[in-house]
Amino acid sequence: MTDMSQDYNFAYLDEQTKRMIRRALLKAVAIPGYQVPFASREMPMPYGWGTGGVQVTAACLTPEDRLKVIDQGADDTTNAVSIRKFFERTADVAVTEATSEASIIQTRHRIPEQALSEEQILVYQVPIPEPLRFLEPRESETRKMHALEEYGLMHVKLYEDIAKNGHIATAFAYPVKVEGRYVMDPSPIPKFDNPKMDDCPALQLFGAGREQRIYAVPPFTKVVSLDFEDHPFEAGRAAHDCALCGAGDSYLDEVIIDDEGGRMFVCSDTDHCRTRREAGHTGALGVPEAFA
Amino acid sequence: MQAETLSGGFADTARDAARAFRAVLDAMARPGSIHEMAGAAPPAPLSPAAGAVALTLCDPETPVWLAPSLATPEVEGWLRFHTGAPLGPREAAQFAFGSWEELAPLTDFPIGTAEFPDRSATLVVGLPGLAPAGARLTGPGIREAAALSLPEAEAFARNAALYPLGLDFIFTAGSRLAALPRTTRVEG
Amino acid sequence: MYVAVKGGERAIENAHAWLAEERRGDTSVPELSVAQIREQMGLAVARVMAEGSLYDPDLAALAIKQARGDLIEAVFLIRAYRTTLPRFGASRPIETADMACKRRVSATFKDAPGGQVLGPTFDYTHRLLDFALAAEGEVPPAPQAEPAEGPVPHITGFLNREGLIQQERPSEETPPDLTRQPLETPADRSLRLQALARGDEGFILGLGYSTQRGYAKNHAFVGELRIGDVEVEFDIPELGFAVTIAEIEVTECETVNQFKGSKLEPPQFTRGYGLTFGMAERKAISMALVDRAMRWRELGEDYVGAPAQDEEFVLYHCDSIQATGFVEHIKLPHYVDFQAELELVRRMRREAAEAQAAAGAAAMKEAAE
Repeated sequence: MTDMSQDYNFAYLDEQTKRMIRRALLKAVAIPGYQVPFASREMPMPYGWGTGGVQVTAACLTPEDRLKVIDQGADDTTNAVSIRKFFERTADVAVTEATSEASIIQTRHRIPEQALSEEQILVYQVPIPEPLRFLEPRESETRKMHALEEYGLMHVKLYEDIAKNGHIATAFAYPVKVEGRYVMDPSPIPKFDNPKMDDCPALQLFGAGREQRIYAVPPFTKVVSLDFEDHPFEAGRAAHDCALCGAGDSYLDEVIIDDEGGRMFVCSDTDHCRTRREAGHTGALGVPEAFA
Repeated sequence: MQAETLSGGFADTARDAARAFRAVLDAMARPGSIHEMAGAAPPAPLSPAAGAVALTLCDPETPVWLAPSLATPEVEGWLRFHTGAPLGPREAAQFAFGSWEELAPLTDFPIGTAEFPDRSATLVVGLPGLAPAGARLTGPGIREAAALSLPEAEAFARNAALYPLGLDFIFTAGSRLAALPRTTRVEG
Repeated sequence: MYVAVKGGERAIENAHAWLAEERRGDTSVPELSVAQIREQMGLAVARVMAEGSLYDPDLAALAIKQARGDLIEAVFLIRAYRTTLPRFGASRPIETADMACKRRVSATFKDAPGGQVLGPTFDYTHRLLDFALAAEGEVPPAPQAEPAEGPVPHITGFLNREGLIQQERPSEETPPDLTRQPLETPADRSLRLQALARGDEGFILGLGYSTQRGYAKNHAFVGELRIGDVEVEFDIPELGFAVTIAEIEVTECETVNQFKGSKLEPPQFTRGYGLTFGMAERKAISMALVDRAMRWRELGEDYVGAPAQDEEFVLYHCDSIQATGFVEHIKLPHYVDFQAELELVRRMRREAAEAQAAAGAAAMKEAAE
């Protein structure tokens, strides 16, 4: 019977796989917003659970890094906990929940509220990397559209939204144009987060495992949300303050608190909310962390 | 096989390669920034930084072109032993190592295709020195402008004009390294 | 005071402990051994090996035990393990003509050299529950015959001799590896066959069935179906020759399909091909049907838009691990995105209501005037 005891390599992936991913990452950085095909490996977690992000993080991690993992903006969501644990186990890497202390942040669906710095890398988990996919299901076609810079269909779709609803009916995974060339899917972040991608000091890397694509936005790169002169892009958030820390400018989760339809709004970024409470900010339902 | 062939690789393969890659990634993401590349001791005239690049990125899947000055039995043997990369012509190279003079003219390296602009060569250029002075760099990865001691400006401007196709460059001098992706605008 | 939900880590640990308990079930019932699964659930083991792309009956049996009998989960365990294995090289192609057949049937000829061998098949069992099995009785040994000597020639070889069936061009090229290169279409046939061999049995079965019902109809006969052991040979450069490193069980199916001929070629039969690890004839037959349907371009046929003809559709959707991951991932938290949609829908409804109210007021005013 096969020997079942074995040690895994640093950061799980074998070195040849890491080299393959690293080469793809460098080309991704050199061609901002372009999706580089890579031979995504089968990871010990399901497709859709962040296998692309995990492979990118594994290829970038050094023993000196401090890793933060968030899902929905929170460090304690089960999948974030599971991925953080995976890297603690396989790379023996230091972890943190504090955005400012992290050198690599792997995220699903959010960009932290706190502005990122030049020393940081933000790794996005991406389900469908192709922004044109919902217009054209065939990869062979969308690849041609990118090659020819033929993005008219996308504008037509967005304009049809406006004609029908008075708005562009896309609230998350809102398409962006990178450095004036490639239209890119920012991953399913709420469009509230889109402006944070523009001219960001941190390096932004995107991994889509099942779809076998890696792409990147280098630091200080122009990232523009698609819009029209008469219908400019609007970020949008719930018109409330955080009930715990009182923040009036953060992205909010809506929490149902009783069966009478009562609800409260709290920061989706748990580290941001805690940091504010520790600094003495209090919302309508909260008390400062020190007293809680 | 000579002792030199077997030695000079990364002592702790996974961790040394991880650190070296982060230096290259940071260099490519922030054109003009200069980084220290530790861990490799290849036979001369391949520089320690160029050797570390090879150990980090080259393997049996990446055809490599070696400039005549580097194509010594020692360097070839070292590369073959430590990376397994096949040596081949310029037209097929995924990585090319050499001095600026030897790499010119740049026209016969792969620059990618309209559908796959990533299928282009990365040139690892050995320079006598690297300093944050000289050519003015602007573009993605650069806050306002950066400066780097490039051998010339014109070739890079021509390369940038091919965008999104084009070559990407890694510059090495001793144990130091900088990079220039095809997006960078270079002015003399 | 509202306290946000914490303790994801403990929840995960507890869930895993509970899962282990459920897996074991009632402890007064003896635990299954891996060997029992390997020996007595052989077809499940075969499917996990085939879709997991790893020939190791013990590991497949272990995966089935760990996955509580969920075969897709078991395939997943095998695939995740497989990617971590170092590669020493590639074997020589297996020679199915040299197979020690335990089953070999042809639908196209009443008899042929090598004979028809029914083998251990369900085909003519009456599907009546056998309550005797519930009583754990020993099975009497099956009657034995002397094994036939020598190679068993392929049925399609006979047709080939007459030029009645399209000739397959032999190739010395190394086939691409689906697990080491990103999928790209158009894909060559070896890559398509690889994807089908790893593909989900249910998906391939449904697609194969659809070709019989008229979606890219191309009437197929099973030219030959054979199951048995073949030797796996590996070239040892230091020795200068190949050595046998394993014997594996495979199922091979070659279909013989109609072809009307084209401007360039007279009418001729064509082929579809299926090969899987272990005993898996449903999969091998389905695979051959889908393989044949995807060859429309090469054979100069019309593309009629049938799902089985559409290689991009088939190759991007046949993998059970990719499919199950993405289908199931929608149960993960998506409340950030949902909140964004919620705000947008609320806003659009509010604006619609305001517009309606304004229109109503204007109409009232008009009526009053």
